[in-house]
Amino acid sequence: MALITYRQALNDALAEEIARDPNVFIMGEEVAQYNGAYKVTEGLWERFGSKRLVDAPISETGFLGLGVGAAMMGLRPVIEMMFWSFAYVGFDQIINNAATVRYMSGGQTKVPMVIRGPANGGTNVGSTHSHTPEMFIANQPGLKVVCPATAYDAKGLMKAAIRDDDTVCVMENTLLYGEKWEVPEGEILVPLGKADIKRAGSDLSFIAHGRAVITCLKAAEILKRDHGIDAEVLDLRSIRPLDEQAILETVAKTHRVVLVEENKPFCGVDAQIASLIADQAFDELDAPIKRVSSLDAPQIYAKPLEDIMLPTPDRVVATALTIC
Amino acid sequence: MSTPTTSAPVPPHSEAAEHDVRYAKSPVNSDLAPEKKVKLYTDMVRIRLFEDRSLRVYQQGKIGGFLHLYNGQEAVAVGTCSLLGEHDHVITAYRDHGHAIAVGMNMGELMAEMQGKFTGCSKGKGGSMHFFSPEKHFWGGHGIVGGQTPLGLGIAYALKYQGKKGCCLCYLGDGAINQGAFHESLNLAALWDVPVIYVIENNGYSMGTSQKRSSAGEILAQRAEGYGIEWAVINGNSMYEVRARTWEAMHRARERSKPTLLEMRTYRYRGHSVADANAEKYRTKAEIETYKRDFDPITLFKAVLIREGLLDDAKIEAIHAAAKEEVEAAVKFADESPVAPVSEIFTDVYAGIDEAPSQQLGTHFFNKDAQFVASKRIAE
Repeated sequence: MALITYRQALNDALAEEIARDPNVFIMGEEVAQYNGAYKVTEGLWERFGSKRLVDAPISETGFLGLGVGAAMMGLRPVIEMMFWSFAYVGFDQIINNAATVRYMSGGQTKVPMVIRGPANGGTNVGSTHSHTPEMFIANQPGLKVVCPATAYDAKGLMKAAIRDDDTVCVMENTLLYGEKWEVPEGEILVPLGKADIKRAGSDLSFIAHGRAVITCLKAAEILKRDHGIDAEVLDLRSIRPLDEQAILETVAKTHRVVLVEENKPFCGVDAQIASLIADQAFDELDAPIKRVSSLDAPQIYAKPLEDIMLPTPDRVVATALTIC
Repeated sequence: MSTPTTSAPVPPHSEAAEHDVRYAKSPVNSDLAPEKKVKLYTDMVRIRLFEDRSLRVYQQGKIGGFLHLYNGQEAVAVGTCSLLGEHDHVITAYRDHGHAIAVGMNMGELMAEMQGKFTGCSKGKGGSMHFFSPEKHFWGGHGIVGGQTPLGLGIAYALKYQGKKGCCLCYLGDGAINQGAFHESLNLAALWDVPVIYVIENNGYSMGTSQKRSSAGEILAQRAEGYGIEWAVINGNSMYEVRARTWEAMHRARERSKPTLLEMRTYRYRGHSVADANAEKYRTKAEIETYKRDFDPITLFKAVLIREGLLDDAKIEAIHAAAKEEVEAAVKFADESPVAPVSEIFTDVYAGIDEAPSQQLGTHFFNKDAQFVASKRIAE
């Protein structure tokens, strides 16, 4: 099986969907002639031309809203945010329009749009380029949001997102773009709303999404090697819809849970998951639910400090040891 | 107490009658069949009576939220929408009743929507500000000032993408021109030759703030120049002028895929919304009365059609009587309609869930309180 990067997996997904469906087009800043700020769309403009790959000026509100209007008319726009942090400039179009026109029209419209781009800290660029807004998106009924952690999931979730009839926000990660995984050739579709056990274990469960999954896999190796503790790692993949069943099953299996995310803690995704477990699996728990999040301050610039800010394997291990 | 700043717009309303004479000769008007001319008048009357009746229904407590009435601006919606062709589309802001009626939506579904009834055009999920009828190419009713302007752009972009010779009429108020979304849209429309026509309905006031106190520059549409977009200032109370000059913009959009910015000078008689109890804080009673007496679009167009021999007292009376009957039937329909069942709270959120629930994985709705919800019945 070929080893390909997370970036290449996304590129393949986009190319396959553009080739498959004439209604799919990509729009964003530097996506076409420049080949993408992070090269996710590299080569696509040369291959598919200016109708399918559209370079937009720096106007997130304008082209996010354009995407909503075009999607209502039956097109399938894939709108790139150079960073998800920049989506805040156009949030009105996402929350007030993409998420709600279907409801407010009594089901007469749909908005089959994808909004995609990196959403992560850890890159030494300061707060304005380091936001992780998956909890804002997940808070809004009408929107869907996925956070792939591997190349396989990046490809499969992106293709599923483009084919979905609702607006799907795909949150990628610049620190993962260059990482390689084995990905089989051919069609891959990862359904939205389906979590995945990335490592089976019996002593405790890590529940994570996005790059935090990778952190948890590293923590699990340390726990096994140094402490003989066998951790399970559940990758949510999709935040909304959420695979609640998989969460409850892993809790019932291990009875101990550490929730890990690169989000800030207050009202983070894991707050909802903690509430779910407390509500529906209380009797399964042998220890309090623990959370590991990004440290609760604006994302700091200084690299050594930022490295501490995000969840690290050692912090995850230390937290796990408090309940094992 | 400080004196209210009543810097009333001084639009070319005073020339409205004269403009009707001049633009009567435009082919789009001179070639119009007599019954279609009468229909223009009829539709304005229908909107006026619908709005007057809506106010009473609101005062009876049957309409919630906000109610933004269109009285005084009827020639804009009726004139522009009367030109719509097979591939043309419409999107507007929250003062949307006039446009909804002008594109042919049924008064019953509108009145029911305002009353939050299941038979409303949006099943009671949108309300007064969010009328929709994609079937009639009407894409809403949007509540955030200027928020619809990129959507109008996207609708027109899709027409071009699909190779259709059409345009999108995107309406906005004079207050919306100061929103960034609008300027981004203008730039993109010009940059990519998108067949969108932005129609500023300039009624002189963004809520309680006069144009003079909110917008720099005297001519709002002139802002288009910076983007290299064709623009025009139009007497929005002259039916023939509205039609003639909108037609030019539509031709430019359909044939050359070029955007246009039109500024329609008009006036609203009611407050920004019905909650705007003291409209006199920002304008005088005399100002409102002057507009009603001298520049009313319905009165002006009535005079035109009488001169043309198409209307007389008997016909006018019949038109009003029929409109009144239609409005009353709409109120009756709304009054007698049920509110949606509780289960409707969770439909129309996700297309996937509505259309193929068995193919959807994962939880889409959280903390649903399903048992509580199932136990609830809405009183008829």
